[in-house]
Amino acid sequence: MNIRVRLFSVIRDIAGFDEQTAVVPPGADAASVLRELVQAHPALDPWKGSVRMAVNLEYVSSSHPLKEGDEVAIIPPVSGG
Amino acid sequence: MVSLTLNPIDIRSVVDGVTAPESGGIDVFVGTTRNHAGGEPMAIAMMERLEAEARRRWTVNRIAIVHRLGKVPVGEASVVIAVSSAHRNEAFEVCRFLIDSLKKEVPIWKREHFTDGTVEWSGVAAEAKHE
Repeated sequence: MNIRVRLFSVIRDIAGFDEQTAVVPPGADAASVLRELVQAHPALDPWKGSVRMAVNLEYVSSSHPLKEGDEVAIIPPVSGG
Repeated sequence: MVSLTLNPIDIRSVVDGVTAPESGGIDVFVGTTRNHAGGEPMAIAMMERLEAEARRRWTVNRIAIVHRLGKVPVGEASVVIAVSSAHRNEAFEVCRFLIDSLKKEVPIWKREHFTDGTVEWSGVAAEAKHE
């Protein structure tokens, strides 16, 4: 299935992109997107425990199952306000 | 009402926006800090969910949450939250709930610009070290 991956803030700076399409196997969960990303960009390894995942603009657990066309966002600790 | 803006926040107009004849008071929180970038559609969606959650938990009249993005000069408002309600207690509680939740949940990041030209995402380096 095709999904969109969106990165923000420090994660985007390290990986060097803000948005791209990815192909994941059917039944893939949100955590698998993060695993793939860390594999492709090992400098992200220190972040994997502190980021949160959002699917279609809503926070989800790492076991959240993905479906075709989902937008998966990887959210480092926020600091707005 | 929630919104993001690249311009200075007009605090008066945010307060006017929550004015309602049935209200006994308006509580306003103004956050002042600098330099934000955000994931706009998700930030708006999450701010709307916080507003809905506040309405589920408390009885208030009107709520406004306005967050500024981009470079915010020191001392200018980065976020303004205004809540009107019949009784001040609810307005204070909802205001506090909204700013505390916004700081934890809403995908907006402070970006510190130092005088030597370096730029750093605030708060995030320390978090990574805990892992």
